[in-house]
Amino acid sequence: MVHPALLVAPIAAPLLAALLAIAFPRGAVAAALSAVGVALVASLVLVVEVARTGTGAALAIGGWPPPLGIALEADGLSAMFLLAASTIGLGVLVVAQGPFGWTGRETRKGYSFWPLALCLLAALNAIFLSRDFFNFYVGLELLSLSAVALVALDGKREAIEAALRYLMFALVGSLLYLLGAALLYAQYGTLDIGLIAASAETNGPTLVAAGLMTAGLAAKTALFPLHAWLPSAHTGAPAVASAMLSALVPKASFFILVRVWFDALPGQAGPGLTLVLGTMGAVAIVYGSILALLQERLKLIIAYSTVAQLGYLFLVFPLAGGDSTAQPWFAGAWTGGMVHAVSHGLAKAAMFLCAGAMMAAAGGDKLSDVRGIVAKMPLATFAFALAAVTLMGLPPSGGFLAKYLMLTAAFASGAWVWGAVVLAGGLLAALYLYRPLASLFAPADPDRTFTSVPLRTELVPLALALVAVLLGVASQFPYDILQVGRSVAAEAGLE
Amino acid sequence: MIASGFDITVCVLLCLCALAAVTGRDTFRAIVFFIVYGLLISVAWLRIDAIDVALAEAAIGAGLTGVLLLGAFGQMGSADTMAREPRGAVLIALVAGAGIGAAVLFAVQGLPPEGAGLTAEVLAQLEASGVGNPVTAVLLNFRGYDTLLESIVLLVALIGVWSVASETGWGERPGIVHHARAGGTLQSFGRFLPAIGLVIGAYIVWAGSSGPGGAFQGGTVLAAVAILTILAGLVDAPRVTTRWLRWALVMGPGVFLGVALLGLFGGAFLVFPQAVAYPAIVAIEIVLTASIALTLVLLVLGPPREAPQ
Amino acid sequence: MGGDPIIASWLVYGCCGAVLVGLGLFGFMRPTTTLRRVLAFNIVGSGIFLLFGATGYRVPSTGADPVPQALIITGIVVALAATALAVALMLALARVSAGRDEDA
Repeated sequence: MVHPALLVAPIAAPLLAALLAIAFPRGAVAAALSAVGVALVASLVLVVEVARTGTGAALAIGGWPPPLGIALEADGLSAMFLLAASTIGLGVLVVAQGPFGWTGRETRKGYSFWPLALCLLAALNAIFLSRDFFNFYVGLELLSLSAVALVALDGKREAIEAALRYLMFALVGSLLYLLGAALLYAQYGTLDIGLIAASAETNGPTLVAAGLMTAGLAAKTALFPLHAWLPSAHTGAPAVASAMLSALVPKASFFILVRVWFDALPGQAGPGLTLVLGTMGAVAIVYGSILALLQERLKLIIAYSTVAQLGYLFLVFPLAGGDSTAQPWFAGAWTGGMVHAVSHGLAKAAMFLCAGAMMAAAGGDKLSDVRGIVAKMPLATFAFALAAVTLMGLPPSGGFLAKYLMLTAAFASGAWVWGAVVLAGGLLAALYLYRPLASLFAPADPDRTFTSVPLRTELVPLALALVAVLLGVASQFPYDILQVGRSVAAEAGLE
Repeated sequence: MIASGFDITVCVLLCLCALAAVTGRDTFRAIVFFIVYGLLISVAWLRIDAIDVALAEAAIGAGLTGVLLLGAFGQMGSADTMAREPRGAVLIALVAGAGIGAAVLFAVQGLPPEGAGLTAEVLAQLEASGVGNPVTAVLLNFRGYDTLLESIVLLVALIGVWSVASETGWGERPGIVHHARAGGTLQSFGRFLPAIGLVIGAYIVWAGSSGPGGAFQGGTVLAAVAILTILAGLVDAPRVTTRWLRWALVMGPGVFLGVALLGLFGGAFLVFPQAVAYPAIVAIEIVLTASIALTLVLLVLGPPREAPQ
Repeated sequence: MGGDPIIASWLVYGCCGAVLVGLGLFGFMRPTTTLRRVLAFNIVGSGIFLLFGATGYRVPSTGADPVPQALIITGIVVALAATALAVALMLALARVSAGRDEDA
């Protein structure tokens, strides 16, 4: 049995650091880096423990087990997502010392960034560990408000406009989700995932509740056609913030969606629902890719790529469900979706951090601005290329592992349409990433000069991109750990 | 309990106020309808035996939210004109609103009529929780983790509000007063102040007679009083860089989190052993209330800005 | 909700909450100003709270269920936080758009 501190640390450490950063801004950087370091170590130990023992770890907060109290629990999925969040979070904060570090004088941006980023990470970890539908709501609000404030941080008109639009989507998404959670409580007298699963049955309130939660969470995950807020928000934010916003934030609402359908209400998702979610995901892949292809700015290409990549997550629903009997390919499809979430997170964070470093060096992020930057920033360019390999799903990256698992499931089940979408998505990613890559690797104009940037802004994205690739090389480990505590539904499929 | 004509009247009035607030052309009037709506909904809460929620709704839902919206209206002035409404978009909103409303109606009437939720469980453990008020027991003990996160949501919102200050405004005092050359804003508040005063009066009477356990919502009343004082120009809001202000803001969540972490020595999180539960919860309640009240005041006052020349 | 005199009071308030949610969502989604959207958001929120609270009053003999009440109080505070942030962003946008802020 793991010590409860391991479950508490990923939430409490960043929160403590956030409080410290508010009260004592001089100490913000040190507090933030050590707190997220603690969270990273705790997540790492959790992953190892979960893998070693083959069981999850649980803690009833306050000694009050559900339904009265709230339970924290780390199964394989939680542990993997925690580790990804803390890895990316630490990387982002290391880079953020540059633009937001203490300069001897308190500034608006430098003061605000740290508490917001720390609360964002704490909210992610809180969601990844929670088993309670109302607690998810509070976590989502903490996440959304910090994310929105980070989008607006630049203070430019476009950024504030994007933040406001983001907030509107996030608000209505939260409310729909909350309404569903309230109906579930009214029906079952509990908010705990496990207890709801034990007594779940098909009836009007349950279906309406699940529908409302799905709609709300889909809006928060920027599922097509509810994606309109994402590109402007992820482009308007400072690049270090975009890295967290694009890589991690939509995964939290997706994570809850997985908990709703695979853990709390197994057997309630009919083929109609899985078809709708899968179709919207497929359209997102195509639509996001085409728009990414049409952009001239690095950050916009990466942001539209997020719209496309988030689409894959929703293919999990038709591939790992929609059939009344358990199918052998469900485990692979479900795991493929989760590996995709993690590897996309790592690669996308690396890309946004590269974009940030290149913008700082080139003074802009138009493809013409960063043309030939490989000569000046070989490491960052290499990191960008590695991240692109993962997004395209080329072997041996984590993206390849994810797409391989999904493809196998698609063809095993005879659902060749979804398989074709996965393949087409990889091809489209290669197309829309070709242009920025060609531009980065092009010979530079001889009289073009770039500003020097700190080495860490190149090393951190390189490390993240390498981890994304390693995920595919060590493919058995992520696969195995994701099976720990995987619900019966993920095994047997949604009905 | 069978619905009386009074209940049905309250509900019809609520829906009419909401309709007026949502569809009315004039924004100022819509906000006024919203405030009336907030006070009416407090009546509804009293009818379903939820006094704690009634107070929170009156103080925050109608009171502070009303102040925020009126303040925003006063400062937006003509910048917030009504956009032209394309017919199709209205239709989509109509279909979505009606569709979701109908689905929820369907769900509500399909709920089991005898669902008692967790009432029995809460009452059974009330003594062990260390507080007498079951709602407070849930807020600060059984689900104290939610409340801890909620207090941090408020702080994040405040940092967010501050962070949209102009570069030159950073380090100044927050507040509408400094901005309020427009007499219109203050005028709007003038119309609104009596309602707030009334709610506060009612609350203080209630709080005085009900003993411990309700102080959590007391934060909002303290906040309302503080805002009135600042708006009346009696006191200036402190500068956002003031050191005591910042420590006071984090004190409540900090103490709560600290006490929660103490449990880790015994292998638990956020536990209150029954022997010390009462004093511990009262202590947390007091600091948390103070921090929340302060955060609410600052949230309503808005970002720091330069004093007018 | 009709005028049926033998309907349970929780159901009246629950249905009222559902109607408020519908009205609020309409107000939120129709083309309108940000301020009105924020107002509509608050109506949706309070409609959800009312519905939730009403379902906690299905067995009046044992009193209202304290758990929804506590969650609603948390929800009301969170809604205020979101409203405050929305208002601040809205005013900041107006300020920056008006060009009164040289450094923006």
